[in-house]
Amino acid sequence: MTTAPTAGGAPTSFLEVRDLRIHFPTDDGLVKSVDGLSFRLEKGRTLGIVGESGSGKSVTSLGIMGLHTVGQYGRRKARISGEIWLDGKELMSADPDEVRRLRGREMAMIFQDPLSAMHPYFTVGAQIVEAYRVHHDVDKKTARTRAVELLDRVGIPQPDRRVDDYPHQFSGGMRQRAMIAMALVNNPELLIADEPTTALDVTVQAQILDLIRDLQKEFGSAVIVITHDLGVVAELADDILVMYGGRCVERGPAEQVFHAPQHPYTWGLLGSMPRIDREQTERLIPVKGSPPSLINVPDGCAFNPRCPYADLPKGGITRTERPELRPVPDAGDGRPHLTACHLPQQDRTRIWNEEIAPKL
Amino acid sequence: MSIPKQPAPAAAEPLLKVEGLVKHFPITKGLLRRQAGAVQAVDGLDFEVRAGETLGVVGESGCGKSTMGRLITRLLEPTAGTIAFDGRDISHLGVAGMRPMRRDIQMIFQDPYSSLNPRHTVGTIVGAPFRLQGITPEGGVKKEVQRLLELVGLNPEHYNRYPHEFSGGQRQRIGIARALALKPRLVVADEPVSALDVSIQAQVVNLLDDLQDELGLTYVIIAHDLSVIRHVSDRIAVMYLGKIVELTDRSSLYAAPLHPYTKALLSAVPVPDPRRRARRERILLTGDVPSPISPPPGCRFHTRCWKATEVCKQQEPPLTALLPGHRVACHHPEEAPTEAVREGAPA
Amino acid sequence: MFAYIVRRLIAVIVMLLVVTLVTFGIFFAIPKLTGADPAALYVGKQADPATIEGIREKLGLSDPILVQFWHFVSGIPAGRDYSGGGSSVHCDAPCFGYSFRTEQAIWPVLQDRLPVTLSLAAGACVLWLVGGVITGVVSALKRGSLWDRAAMTVALGGVSLPIYFTGLLSLAVFSYGLGWLDGEYVDFAEDPGQWFAGLILPWVTLAFLYAAMYARLTRATMLEILGEDYIRTARAKGLREPVVIGKHAMRSTMTPVLTILGMDLGALVGGAILTETTFNLPGLGQAAVKAIGDRDLPLILGVTLIAATAVVVANLVVDLLYAVIDPRVRLS
Repeated sequence: MTTAPTAGGAPTSFLEVRDLRIHFPTDDGLVKSVDGLSFRLEKGRTLGIVGESGSGKSVTSLGIMGLHTVGQYGRRKARISGEIWLDGKELMSADPDEVRRLRGREMAMIFQDPLSAMHPYFTVGAQIVEAYRVHHDVDKKTARTRAVELLDRVGIPQPDRRVDDYPHQFSGGMRQRAMIAMALVNNPELLIADEPTTALDVTVQAQILDLIRDLQKEFGSAVIVITHDLGVVAELADDILVMYGGRCVERGPAEQVFHAPQHPYTWGLLGSMPRIDREQTERLIPVKGSPPSLINVPDGCAFNPRCPYADLPKGGITRTERPELRPVPDAGDGRPHLTACHLPQQDRTRIWNEEIAPKL
Repeated sequence: MSIPKQPAPAAAEPLLKVEGLVKHFPITKGLLRRQAGAVQAVDGLDFEVRAGETLGVVGESGCGKSTMGRLITRLLEPTAGTIAFDGRDISHLGVAGMRPMRRDIQMIFQDPYSSLNPRHTVGTIVGAPFRLQGITPEGGVKKEVQRLLELVGLNPEHYNRYPHEFSGGQRQRIGIARALALKPRLVVADEPVSALDVSIQAQVVNLLDDLQDELGLTYVIIAHDLSVIRHVSDRIAVMYLGKIVELTDRSSLYAAPLHPYTKALLSAVPVPDPRRRARRERILLTGDVPSPISPPPGCRFHTRCWKATEVCKQQEPPLTALLPGHRVACHHPEEAPTEAVREGAPA
Repeated sequence: MFAYIVRRLIAVIVMLLVVTLVTFGIFFAIPKLTGADPAALYVGKQADPATIEGIREKLGLSDPILVQFWHFVSGIPAGRDYSGGGSSVHCDAPCFGYSFRTEQAIWPVLQDRLPVTLSLAAGACVLWLVGGVITGVVSALKRGSLWDRAAMTVALGGVSLPIYFTGLLSLAVFSYGLGWLDGEYVDFAEDPGQWFAGLILPWVTLAFLYAAMYARLTRATMLEILGEDYIRTARAKGLREPVVIGKHAMRSTMTPVLTILGMDLGALVGGAILTETTFNLPGLGQAAVKAIGDRDLPLILGVTLIAATAVVVANLVVDLLYAVIDPRVRLS
């Protein structure tokens, strides 16, 4: 299992994304939001996609849902290429109406801010009922019973009463629970959670993370969690994909990515965040500079202007040639651990063990 | 509880002393718009900030931490209580009375996008405090602004650029430069890094750190992120529904929190280590923070507290020093800390 | 909610009293300030001194202005007798004043004219609402397309061209040129067909102006709403695009449109002066123009009051409608 072949048949994985590219033409130039992304995901497992603003992580999820173009009314259309295989079906070449029928039924999404993600003029119940009735030919009463049942399942007290409340009458945590209920109403097999807890308080965040974990066990769905918060992915994810400048820079089992990270950007993320589980460090180790503009992604490795080790590989290769994702040798339990970095493996291991790990 | 009450160690005269601080926002109702109640945003705070230290204020949304920040910088008028800065009561100073004080007390805001006027150049923004105060710094405003830009790690040649030409992290630096223009003694920062990307947060945290060392600043840093608060603060106040529930130095708070709420809060922080996922014990609080319009009687945390008893519903626990320098407002504080922790706590 | 409505109604009444007082003050106090004899103004130039003296007594023009104001206001519910100079005139309730120029009570005149203005406003409103909103929605959905650009260019024209231009142009083409639709205005009760025929051109002309504004407003609002998170959620549920637009987006788009609609209707009821003048419709606007020309102060006061009432009431209705549309307003 190395990098996915670009032209293969139907994969065996539940979800497989192959060389996904989503580019948006704008007046300022071509925004390469996602630029060659591949990964796979099995049912019952959770993939965490980590990245900063403008890394392309949210566009990736919208691309899988087929939501990256709708809403681009009349503007120049997004250019999308690659393959998205969901349960043996290729979505990119499928009829848009067929993809629509999968949306909400086979793949559902939870968004960051549940207040703005729910329609303020319709009751919570009405919105869940609507989501159910698009895909199930049932009367309103049955759908309402289903909505109450799910609100109960996600932990809304007095669900038969609260079902008729409007979103603004719910607290932030309850809204996110309702949003989860809405996403799960059709028992989707793929659940995408885009920053599901970013707008919530810590204690509520802990409740929601627990809920997502429990529900995944119960429903056995595949879950993609998209976040900038390494703490959140560490709580949920089996595998982690680190995105930078529209590309994957590191992908592997969570254990590996946190304990033997390979890419200098991953090191940077780990060094940037103060950690409550470690001894107090005197200083954080920030990454210099800011994330790149997706219009002008630096040549070579996109991270090279911010990378303290960019000059280590010979011949300035980091500034001219884009590194491919390559497997890391002897990485743990056999699940692949890949990184896109020009640094030779022994340098990477040495720098991590000697320079980075001790300072975290 | 058998912990002997001890007097707090005598400290130097605090730079900021807050006593009984209250802010209620009235709510009107009915035909005659009678006052029907109040959002009890801040309801009786007592604390002090010593010169040169960083006080971290942490709590969930609705706990009143931002209101507290706006009160001590006197952007809001307190309903009751006193705020003394450097021994002088500033609780009810008017705009004119506050003007000279504004030189000493400055604020940094959360959102680097909305807190800078997009039509002004960086030079105008950072130089504004000089104009407002009618001060001409040595060498002229422009030179001083450029010095400030350099101080916060921006290119002084970008004097004539507009905010939109900068990234989020750089904009936050501009906000910091503006706050530092008049050489303040106290800087109140409300969520200074929460709008920034992770890799940028560290830059700004380190900058705040360096500036404190270099300029001898005193900080009050308000944030919801417990990891950030731990990193930047010397002492930390934990707020819940308008009250301080625990106030102590950083190492005691994180090693041996005495208030159940603090304990729950700490255990809820997601830790970037998948190995700890399985074996950590987490206290899951049920429900949400109650409304500050009608906070629960007695201890405000009793509706979500697993240790609550009858007394918690009836009597409000006072904020008392259970250990030297460690004040807690709880009827049933956590067990007395072990020896190991006591050694860890600085005197 | 009930308390809110009561509070708003009280505010409406207070507002109307203030408008009346101010208008009253201007019309009745200014002649004094300029040194003109107000009584003379009420009868015309060729009246003899005895008649003028009679008017002065009838109207109580020597009384302090607040007393005069009280007489006026109390006359509205109770009716009023104007007596003095040996003669007496009765003005039935509701008495909005009495014009000694035309020897008529004001209220019957207003009663006569209001239906014309209402017919004009209501018909035009339906036209511009349908036309404007549809154009705006389609433009938003096809942003940047040829349709969008054409529609917005026409809309820009509609907003910038004055009524008397478009009105006269349509009259010239359809009425004088082609000979269609040259009927006079008649009451609906009298002959609905003729009523309709007489109003088509004014409706279209007036609606064109407003439809242009509404198309621009709808387009801008729709574009903003389409970027909202909850529209993305609606699509993520797998809803069909017509449902996403027709149900989720439209409901939010209509909120600002209704706000403006209420105010526009209120203002129109006060008199679509240009339209009524151009098409010679005997509505309130035309009455106002005529009254100003004749310096018929009581009539001007009456029309002003009707206009103010319409605007204030329309605002109230919009605010109440808001509560119906938006549950966040209703429940807090």
